[in-house]
Amino acid sequence: MTGERRAIRVLIAKPGLDGHDRGAKVVARALRDAGMEVIYTGLRQTPAMVAEAALQEDVDVVGLSILSGAHMALVPRIMDELAQRDLEDLPVFLGGIVPQDDVVALQELGIASVFGPGTETKTIIAYIRETVEQELLEEA
Amino acid sequence: MRRRRRRPDGAALAERALGGSRGALARLLTLVENGHPEGQVALSRLFPRSGQAHIVGFTGATGAGKSTLVNQVACELRDRDLSLAVVAVDPSSPFSGGAVLGDRLRMRDLAEDPAIFIRSMASRGHPGGVAQATRDVVTVLDALGTPVILVETVGAGQAQVEVAQIAHTVVLVEAPGMGDDVQALKAGLLEIADIIVINKADRPEAKQTLRAIRSAHLEGLRFGDAGGPADLGEETQKDRWTVPVLETSALEGRGIVELVDAMGAHREALKAQGIWRGLRERHARAQLAAWLQQHLQALIDTHLAAEDLEMAVQSIVRRDADPASAAQALVDRLVETLIARDSG
Ligand SMILES: Nc1nc2c(ncn2[C@@H]2O[C@H](COP(=O)(O)OP(=O)(O)OP(=O)(O)O)[C@@H](O)[C@H]2O)c(=O)[nH]1
Ligand SMILES: [Mg+2]
Repeated sequence: MTGERRAIRVLIAKPGLDGHDRGAKVVARALRDAGMEVIYTGLRQTPAMVAEAALQEDVDVVGLSILSGAHMALVPRIMDELAQRDLEDLPVFLGGIVPQDDVVALQELGIASVFGPGTETKTIIAYIRETVEQELLEEA
Repeated sequence: MRRRRRRPDGAALAERALGGSRGALARLLTLVENGHPEGQVALSRLFPRSGQAHIVGFTGATGAGKSTLVNQVACELRDRDLSLAVVAVDPSSPFSGGAVLGDRLRMRDLAEDPAIFIRSMASRGHPGGVAQATRDVVTVLDALGTPVILVETVGAGQAQVEVAQIAHTVVLVEAPGMGDDVQALKAGLLEIADIIVINKADRPEAKQTLRAIRSAHLEGLRFGDAGGPADLGEETQKDRWTVPVLETSALEGRGIVELVDAMGAHREALKAQGIWRGLRERHARAQLAAWLQQHLQALIDTHLAAEDLEMAVQSIVRRDADPASAAQALVDRLVETLIARDSG
């Protein structure tokens, strides 16, 4: 497929114990409608499950949906599991309700972007395209 | 900016995957799935090692419970100390080309097992069609020594039948309450089934579905009915495989042991009756034909000028030439070009 851009692969994961996946599903469908291949793994993913799915599916970017407020507990463990699999440079974004102080802390942990409630899906689509564009060109 | 994907090296990835790197394997599967030239490099290195795995296809209507069943079958195989891979295909959107790949949702129990590798694939946009891309992904997993590979097809269309071109054993998954008729009877899927499973046996309507299947005289089927080189001579007719009709509840984990036993029995029967080799031949034929088409198309794309194609189109539009003759003339020109190139 030289010269042609392949589909962007995205993992949308819901780590932690909150039981609301409506937002994650809306994002997954919006990304599909933008031509992306979205691996959707469902509720209650452990950090190891998220990292292992990212590895096996060779995704270009990971989106986490954390609505429980447990992001400061979960994100370090997920980043650690990713690093154990040599995926520390995989772009990870997060959707959820995150206080401004935490946003800075999360970015220090390696989260590329945080999207609060009410973020338009087109913002997320644009972010993903921008983030992986260069890589896809280099791979081709 | 990440540099992981820069200048992929198929040969190096194949080496690392052979050495046990799951990350390298995952990268390789992406290249292979996309028909990337470095994927081809890796495939031709790995191909000689393939041919050992037992490839089991799971096909059947959307929602019949294929993923849930694959999850259970995988757990049972692990109890028997077998490592395995799952390749799960979901449909792409015909509008955007994107896809939501949700089969992993039902395979939670497998997610953290280091002896299991799961790969989701979308059905469209693959050079050579989904069968080609799936087959290439399976070949890589096979070459790495994975003893069992479970392939879940999309729940509709041609891909359901094409799985027979990849798998040794085809499990047809039926479920009750999916309309009046047994879905597979309509879809012509029974011909390719080696094992028929009535899933959702926990539901009361399951008995009716079971009766419908049984009354259609579907037991006592055969090897090689689908034609081709696996067809048997007279002397082996007595050894025909009886297609079992099994009941499972993937939800409750019932009937799974029997299903995995039947998968193993089918594999043994294929081997004992010398059909394993016949299947290999059939698969090889299908692969060769697919690649011939692809290579020929590449020759056409490289050596026929766009203007010549356009002129042919216009001559057909004007009714100066019929399509078949116009195409033949282009092929004649292509052959001349190639001969001139090789002798000049
Ligand atoms: N009652 C009952 N429900 C089941 C059983 N197996 C699966 N299901 C349910 O059926 C639905 C579909 O199951 P899946 O495993 O996703 O079906 P599938 O065939 O993989 O579907 P596609 O991948 O979309 O083609 C889910 O809600 C399952 O929980 C079963 O044995 N009994
Ligand atoms: Mg499924």
